[in-house]
This record gives sequence, C-alpha cells and structure tokens, in this order.
Amino acid sequence: MNWPVLSVVTFLPLLGALLVMLMVRGNGPLAKGTARWISMWTTLVTFAVSLVMVYRFDAASAEFQFVEKYEWLLGVSSYHMGVDGISLPFVILTTALMPICILASWTSIQKRVKEYMIAFLVLETLMIGTFSALDLVLFYLFFEGGLIPMFLIIGIWGGQRRVYASFKFFLYTLAGSVLMLLAIMAMYWQAGTTDIPTLLRYNFPAGMQTWCWLAFFASFAVKMPMWPVHTWLPDAHVEAPTAGSVILAAILLKMGGYGFLRFSLPMFPIASHDFTPLVYTMSVVAIIYTSLVALMQEDVKKLIAYSSVAHMGFVTMGIFAANQQGVAGAVFQMISHGIVSGALFLCVGVVYDRMHTREIAFYGGVVTRMPIFAAIFMVFTMANVGLPGTSGFVGEFLTLIGTFKANIPVASLATLGVILSAAYALWLYRKMVYGTLKPALEGIKDIGLREAVIFAPLVILTILFGVAPKPVLDMSAASVTQLLDGYNKAIATKTAATASNPVSVAR
Amino acid sequence: MYQAIVFLPLLGAILAGLIALFAARARFPGEAPPPGDDGSQPAHAHAHAATDHAHDHAAHGHDDHGHGPVEPAAAGSRLVELITTTLLAVSMILSWIALAQVGFGGQDVRVPIFDWIVSGDLKIAWALRIDTLTAVMLVVVNSVSCVVHLYSIGYMHEDPYRPRFFGYLSLFTFAMLMLVTSDNLVQMFFGWEGVGLASYLLIGFWYRKPEANAAAIKAFVVNRVGDFGFALGIFALFAMTGAVDFDTVFAQAPALSGKFIDFFGWHADALTLICLLLFMGAMGKSAQFLLHTWLPDAMEGPTPVSALIHAATMVTAGVFMVARLSPLFELAPNAQTFVTFIGATTAIFAATIGLVQNDIKRIVAYSTCSQLGYMFVAMGCGAYSVGMYHLFTHAFFKALLFLGSGSVIHAMHHEQDIRNMGGLKDRIPFTYIVMIIGTLALTGFPLTAGYFSKDAIIEAAYVGKNPMALYAFVCTVAAALLTSFYSWRLIFKTFHGAPHSVKHWKEAHESPMVMLIPLGFLAIGSVLAGLPFKDVFAGQGVEHFFRESLTFAKTNTVLEDLHHVPLHIALLPTVMMVIGFVIAWHFYIRRPDIPVELARQHDFLYRFLLNKWYFDELYDIVFVRPAKWIGHSLWKKGDGWLIDGFGPDGVSARVLDVTRNVVRLQSGYLYHYAFAMLIGAAAFITWFMFSAGTH
Repeated sequence: MNWPVLSVVTFLPLLGALLVMLMVRGNGPLAKGTARWISMWTTLVTFAVSLVMVYRFDAASAEFQFVEKYEWLLGVSSYHMGVDGISLPFVILTTALMPICILASWTSIQKRVKEYMIAFLVLETLMIGTFSALDLVLFYLFFEGGLIPMFLIIGIWGGQRRVYASFKFFLYTLAGSVLMLLAIMAMYWQAGTTDIPTLLRYNFPAGMQTWCWLAFFASFAVKMPMWPVHTWLPDAHVEAPTAGSVILAAILLKMGGYGFLRFSLPMFPIASHDFTPLVYTMSVVAIIYTSLVALMQEDVKKLIAYSSVAHMGFVTMGIFAANQQGVAGAVFQMISHGIVSGALFLCVGVVYDRMHTREIAFYGGVVTRMPIFAAIFMVFTMANVGLPGTSGFVGEFLTLIGTFKANIPVASLATLGVILSAAYALWLYRKMVYGTLKPALEGIKDIGLREAVIFAPLVILTILFGVAPKPVLDMSAASVTQLLDGYNKAIATKTAATASNPVSVAR
Repeated sequence: MYQAIVFLPLLGAILAGLIALFAARARFPGEAPPPGDDGSQPAHAHAHAATDHAHDHAAHGHDDHGHGPVEPAAAGSRLVELITTTLLAVSMILSWIALAQVGFGGQDVRVPIFDWIVSGDLKIAWALRIDTLTAVMLVVVNSVSCVVHLYSIGYMHEDPYRPRFFGYLSLFTFAMLMLVTSDNLVQMFFGWEGVGLASYLLIGFWYRKPEANAAAIKAFVVNRVGDFGFALGIFALFAMTGAVDFDTVFAQAPALSGKFIDFFGWHADALTLICLLLFMGAMGKSAQFLLHTWLPDAMEGPTPVSALIHAATMVTAGVFMVARLSPLFELAPNAQTFVTFIGATTAIFAATIGLVQNDIKRIVAYSTCSQLGYMFVAMGCGAYSVGMYHLFTHAFFKALLFLGSGSVIHAMHHEQDIRNMGGLKDRIPFTYIVMIIGTLALTGFPLTAGYFSKDAIIEAAYVGKNPMALYAFVCTVAAALLTSFYSWRLIFKTFHGAPHSVKHWKEAHESPMVMLIPLGFLAIGSVLAGLPFKDVFAGQGVEHFFRESLTFAKTNTVLEDLHHVPLHIALLPTVMMVIGFVIAWHFYIRRPDIPVELARQHDFLYRFLLNKWYFDELYDIVFVRPAKWIGHSLWKKGDGWLIDGFGPDGVSARVLDVTRNVVRLQSGYLYHYAFAMLIGAAAFITWFMFSAGTH
C-alpha cells in the first residue's frame, strides 16, 4: 500500500472540478443537480481518503509523513509534500468541512451553480496544498492561489456590496503577500534551496531574520487577521455567501496561524523572540478592541466576524508564548474555531435563507418557531463564549495558561475577553432567539432534514472535543514539542552569544 | 455508586432535553427553506404570507408566569417529570448513604473517569473526589434538588414547556455535582461555569419576558467577572506549582509561602494573590458585595429555581470553594482578612436592603445574600467547618422560605408584592406554619437549625484572630437584628393584618399535596439539621468527621476557642433576634402607621435602601455605558475612519485622486501622518508591554 495518499487527497477535488466542467452543460435543473452531486461525492470521497491518513499517521513521530518529492522547475524547486502533527489537523478540518459547505449551498445557490462548485473544489485543492506543501515556491503558489477562488466567490455570489468587499479582501491580502514573495526570494539566495525541511534546519543570520520575519508577518497578520489589518474580514464575511463565510472563517483564517507555526517560529526564532511584545500587543488589543466593537454590531455576520478576530487574538498570543500549552492551545483553538465559527455562520445562513436579512433587530422570538435551531445555536453560542465542556474552552484555556507562564499582564488582559465575549454572544442570542415572536417571523419554519444533517456532526464534534480533546492534542503534541525544542535552542544559543560578548550588549 | 450519584441527573437532563425537543418540533414542524434567489427578492417577502395571529405575552406585568393558558402542554411532560424526579430521588438516597460511608465511616474515594486535557506538563483528568466535604455537598445538592423537582410538578403544572424546565433543573444538578466532586480546579471550573449556564437558562426560562432575559444575561456576565479572577487564579497556581489537581497543589502549597508574583507592578505574595483571585470567583458565584447585583434580578426565574439555585446550592459554591481550598487560605492570612471583610460587609449591606423591599422573593434573595456573607465570615476566620455547617442548615431553611414564598405566590395567582397581601394565615395555614418554621430557623430561634450554625459563626467572629474579626463580629450581630426584623416583617405583612384585597384573599387557595410534601420535608430539615450535626461541624467531632478534607493550621484554634466564649456573647444573637421580632411586631401589627411615617421622614435613606444603594445605576454609568460608547467609537472611528479611511479606502481614494490629477500629489500626506500615528501608538504600547513583561 504505497500509493501517494497525500497527493490523492490534494488533487481529488481538482479532478472533481474537471468532471463538473466537462460533464455539466447548460443551466437547467438537471445540470444544477449534476454539478451538486458530483461535488458532493468528490468532497465526501476526499474526506474518506483523508481519514486514511489519520489512521496511518504516527502521532509519536514529529517528522513529516506521507512525504512525496519530485524534481520540478529545473531543480530550483521541487514538488515536495508531507504533513506533520501541526498541519494534518488542518488538512482534516478542510476535507471535513467541505461536504458541509457543498450541502449548505444546495438550495441557496441557484445562480451559476456549475461555476460555484468548480470554484469551491479548486479552493479545496489549494487549501489542502497550502497545509501540506513542503517547498516554499509550492507553498506560495497554493497560498496565493487560494485568493482567486475566494475573490470570485465573494465577487460573484456575494451580497449587495460584494465588489467593494472582494476588492478590499484582495488588496489587503495581496499587499501582504508581495512582501512574503520578496522574503522567499531572499531566503533562496541565502540558503540556496526552497525546501522547507532543509530551511527548518538552516540558521539564518539574525539581521536577515528580522526582515524576513517582518515580511512573512505582513502576510500572515493580514490572513489571520490581526488588529489593525482586520477590517477586510467583516466586510468579506458580510458579503460572502454562507459557504464562503464558512470556508473563510474556518480555514482561510487558519493559514496565518499555520504560517507562524511553520515559518516564523522555527525559521526565524530570534526575530520571533524579539518581536513577541509586538505580537502580544496586537493580540491583546485585538481581543479587547474587537470584542468591544462586536458588542455594538447590528449585523449578525459582522458580529461573528469581529468575534473571530478576537478569537484569533488568542491564537497569535498562544503561538508567541512559545511554550507547550500556548502552541498546542493555539493549534487546538484554530481547529475548534474552525468548527464553531463555521457552524455559527451556517446558523446565520439558516435564518438568512428564510428571511433574507442579516439585521439583528429584524429577528426576535425565533425560538417559538424554530426550537431545534435555537438549541443548536445555543450550543455554538456557548462554544463561542468558551464554556467548559465545549471545544471553545480548551483552546482558550490552553493559550491563556501558556501565555500566563510567559507574560502575566498579557494573559490577564486577554482574559478580560472572556467577560466581553459572554456579553456580546448572549446579547446576540437574546435579540435573535428570545423575546416575543416578531409578526414578520410568524411563518418561519424550523430546520429541515438537510440542515439537520449539516449541523449534527458539528454539534457532536464541538461537545466531543470539549470533553475529550485528546485526539487533537495528541496528534499535534510531538510536532509542537520538536518545534519548541528548536526554538528554545536557538534562543539559548543567542543569549549565550550575547552574554559572552559584552561589547554587543553595550552597543 | 458515586458515578450513579453524579450521572443519573445528567441522564435525566439528556432524556428530558430530547423529549423537549421532540415536543417542540411536533408543535411547529420544520421544513427546508425555499430555493435561494441570490438576494434579488426583497427582504422577508414571504414572511407576510403568514396568517396565524401573534402570541403576544409581553404585557403580563407582575405575572410570575410569562405564558398564557392558550398553548397546550408539551407532549411527554408527565413522563419527563417522572423520569427526572425519580432519578433525582435515587441520587438523593445514594448521597445520604455516601455521607454515612464517607463522613462517619471514613472511606474517602477517588473515582478516575478519563483524561481531559493533557498538554506537556499540564495534566487534567475527569475524576470524582469523594471526601466528607464533598459528601456534605452531595447531600445538600441532591436533597434540595429532589424536593424542588417534586415541588415543581405542582408549581409548574400550568406551564406548557415543562420538559424543558425539568431538563434544565437536572442539567443544573449535574453541573453542581461535577463542581462538588471535582478533583482539580479545572473540573471545578467546568462545574462552576456549567451551573452558570443552567442558571442563565433557568432565569431566562420565560424567555418572552424582557426582564427575565436581561436578568439572565446579567447573571451570566457578572459571574463571568468573577470567573475572570477564578481563571487567573488557576493560571497563577499552575505557573507556580505546575499542577492544577488538588493533591499536588496542596502538597506544594507550603513551599509557596515567601514566593512572589509580579502582577501589574504589584510585587505580590504568591499565595495571597492566588487566593484573592480565586476568591473573586467565589464573590461572583456567591453574590458577595460588589458582585452581588445579579442575585436579586435572578428572581425573575421561576420560584423553584430560586430555591434550588439561588438559595441552597449554586450560590454556596463560593463557600464550598474556600472550604475546599482551605490548605491555601490557611497559608494566606491577608486573603483571609479580605474574605472576612467582604463577608461581613455583605451580611450587613444586604440586610439593610432587605429591610425595605416589597417583593416577597427579593426579600428572601437579599436575606440569602446576607447569610452567604455570614458563611464567608466563618471561612475568613478559619472556622471552615462552621461555615459549612451554616451552608448545610441554610440550604434547608432558605429553600423552605423560597418554596413557601412560591406557595404564597401560587395561592395569590402570581402576586409577589407583600403590600398586596395580608391575612393569609387563615387561607393557607400549612404554608403559614412552614414559613414560620423557616423564619424561626433563619432568625436563629433556639434549638432550630439556624440557631446552632449562626451563633457558631458569630462566636467564631468574636474569637477570630484576624484584623477584621471584630468588624465582622459587629456586622454579624447587627445583621442578626436586621434579619429578624425583615423576616418578621415579611411574615406579618403577608400572613397577618387585614387583607389588601378581599377578593384575592377569598380566592387564595392552599397548594396541592405535591407542593406541600416538599415543604414539610424541608420544615423538618430546618429543625433537625441543627443539633444532631453540631458536634461534627462545630464541636469535638470536626477533626474526625472532616479529616483531610479541611485543613486547619497549627495556629488556628478558632474551633477550640468557640467553646470558651463568655455567656453574654453567646446570648447576644438571641437577644438581637428578640429585639428584631419586637420591633417588627410593633411596626407591623401594633402600630402600622410608624413605618410609613419613618419612611416619609427619612425619605433619602428610604430611597437609598429601596434602590439597593444605587449599585445598578452606578455600574451602568461606570461600566455598561462606557463599554458601549467605546465599542461604538472604536467601530466607527477606529475601524471606519482611521484604519479603513487611511488604509484601503484611503489608498484607493488617493490612487484615484492621483490618476485624476497628478499635480495634487500632496493630498496623500494626511494619510501618511495618520498611519504614522497608528504605528506610533502600537510602538508605544509595545514598549509598555516590554517594560511590564521583563521586570
């Protein structure tokens, strides 16, 4: 059994996209149905194959697994793929959420169904590729390539201000990635290779680390998004179709955090160490600032988008705390946020499909007509608030406890976020679900079977990972430990060097 | 057996929840939404097609129930009542067995379940820790919960959403049991927030009432303020000891004395800081002074909920926590002093407010607040078992008073204002008698349960050694007088005198048997929970009964000193009780015009107390409004004007300017400045963090 499972997982969706392109003709109901079913089966099969990786993955090893390597681009770069405990959870998250997204778009997308499905399938390939690329050029292609389908999804199937939102999204992310490209070129000239495992062992000089770190940071901070480059996110979410929001929140945002873990921390440890206060500051500001802003939102999707920024603040803070709990917590928080925020956007999609408005004030008393929906929404609201017993708690708790060991004021200020998140999330729930039923909502119907199928796995995972988060934590533990060992060694070497050279300190 | 005690209520909650969902589903079947139209259709177009009329229940005013009689009861209501109540009854019986085995038999148990969070050196497992402290709590929680389930069958019989109600009640019980059986601080936090969730759901049970929703959110958020401290306390403890489970933490605690933590420029003694942070959680959950504002509002929930959660169990979680952490608090005398101060202040402060309230449930709620203050005084003075004693007796008589009030409210068709009652003793004699028993116990009438535990606390404050002990003694003695006064005021205005409205008085009816049995049970408890347990909670038997579950430092001789209190001090609380009774009798039976006249003469003081020292207004000005204002300005000014205006929007606008008119290049200067400002601000904060983090 030596088939290239990782490449199969990566490129199956692309094959599906090709099938849709070739087999679907016209725009009739039959064509729409075919496009949907092909996409559904493609994503399901991809998910099934990705589970093979989970089964075969050796969690005790910190090395890259399922590695494939072929020469490419005249030897400058190579097709080098592989996953470790940090990237595999994201690959699975992607493959698991994709069928859900297809199902969520089943009836709400009626315009250009074929193109929509193609965009999503291509996007899936690019996302999986981003998480499993082991070559800088390959990574860059996947990372930036993902921009295009998302830009199209927002720009074509989005809401009223979709053009503004999609350009804002594009400009922000592009600005960051140009700098990253420069850094990648610099790294190639310095180290003579773009191979990631080789670069992970390469010691970049301290001065260069600073500039490369900043360049990568520009890109990842936008993707994350970190304050103050977060303003594209609320607009993008508001205008994106439901499934687009789900992918955006659940997976595209995680590329920033993944980038920090794959590049910034291990390749530029000294710079990471030096810039930690900056990241802490931006994280803490993000948590408090965006939580306060979320408190005043009038649009459901905007509120959830702002709360996403706050939750990502916990992630960056945990990563740069640079200890086991902080980093493992950050990985877990990203996975959990992928499930929970994705589910929250799906919840918004449910009422949006029925009422075609995202205005919070329009809703009220929904529970009297949609009790099942209310119960599901409650689960995810509580997970968003970080209630123990839901997956939201584990990530928040681990990042905070890790950060507390590293820096007490930062962790204490960030913990304020738990008060604010309770305030905005419960306020939203009260306004939409509780209260007297608004007359305009008299005819609203509870979720149907298709929607129940969408939510069931998410509810189960949210609670399962809240009570028994061990599978995810175990999967990433070895890789996180190795990452931190390398990081700490580099810091120790640097500290020793400065200590033995008092001149440099004086200077 | 211990798994059964904890997980049977969870089973009940899950079954009830499923039935509730099925029943709700049957009412309004679901359906997939119509095919999307990509936003081309105007908003909520098909909503107007709805034909059936709106159920508007908002205008129910004082009505305790937020629903009308129009809706039929949910299917399976009776089944849910039977399932949850039976399971709770089993749990209760097993709990008493557990108390016998663990408390008197000395068989401590630790039941591991499975690993929860494992990351590096952080290891947290789900486990049940059963020692005497836990066993006492198991008995309190399950007994009260069981009778409240039973009582609710009668009290809620008109409500169409009973499956949901019983599901929440059982869920609460499960979370509370997880809290008291926890083996580590994080599992305790799980239970802690779990009871918070259940409390939130139950306060907001009548979700159509805006006040109920507001009260539910307030309860959750104020508790979160406390949990903020609790969480930081856990973090600090982990940072210092590398563990969060009780055994390791307690073993390492003595080594922590003399260590320091730098907390925002405060070079703090590690143990003091940790204890203060953890106590902040206790203040939130137990509604202590400054974080008490949620408790009176929580009375918007159904009355059985008030009895279970906001009197007997959840609000005592803070007291339990301090008792559980006695090995830490014994090493942090400054933290103990603070606990004493807060407890004493709450005892007197809540009692003053209770004097003038007119809502029957709010009087009892403030009384609860005040009694919790008593328990913290005991904890702060190092008399942990005495605090637990009061927790134990208080659970019975306060649940009794709440359920009795519920019976009154039930009889008066959901009237809660005592000014509109009067003379009810002839109409509902059984309720009257049990309310008298509850009041006697609360005010500390000799030989009732409250007499032993409350007097022990006042004596503990007298012999206590910390700097706040004298203050606590004065406060608790004064509060004893006030307690007696407001309790008898409640009784006199409700049951004695002339009826306010003859029509209502005539219609008043005694509650059904299913409600009276719980009242009877609790009335017996209010009398018998005192004397038989005096020795093991406040006498010679403490050490043998509690063993390692409570820690007393070698210098802590409070329990010994209790027996050598001078007679005049020992009699003082009883004297206070009599004075309070006499004043109440004089004011409300003999000369009912006096209180009216007093209120008129001291109008400012009266309104100050009636409005609860204006805490709600103060918090609104200091916290709520600024938060909203800052949130709004950050959104509009920060995100909208500054970041977008000078970031993407500004860039694109400038680019357009440039393309329109190349000469006007300098128009870009403004955004340069603003961006520089932004970066400067970030740099400044970074520098601050640098300096704060490295010292």
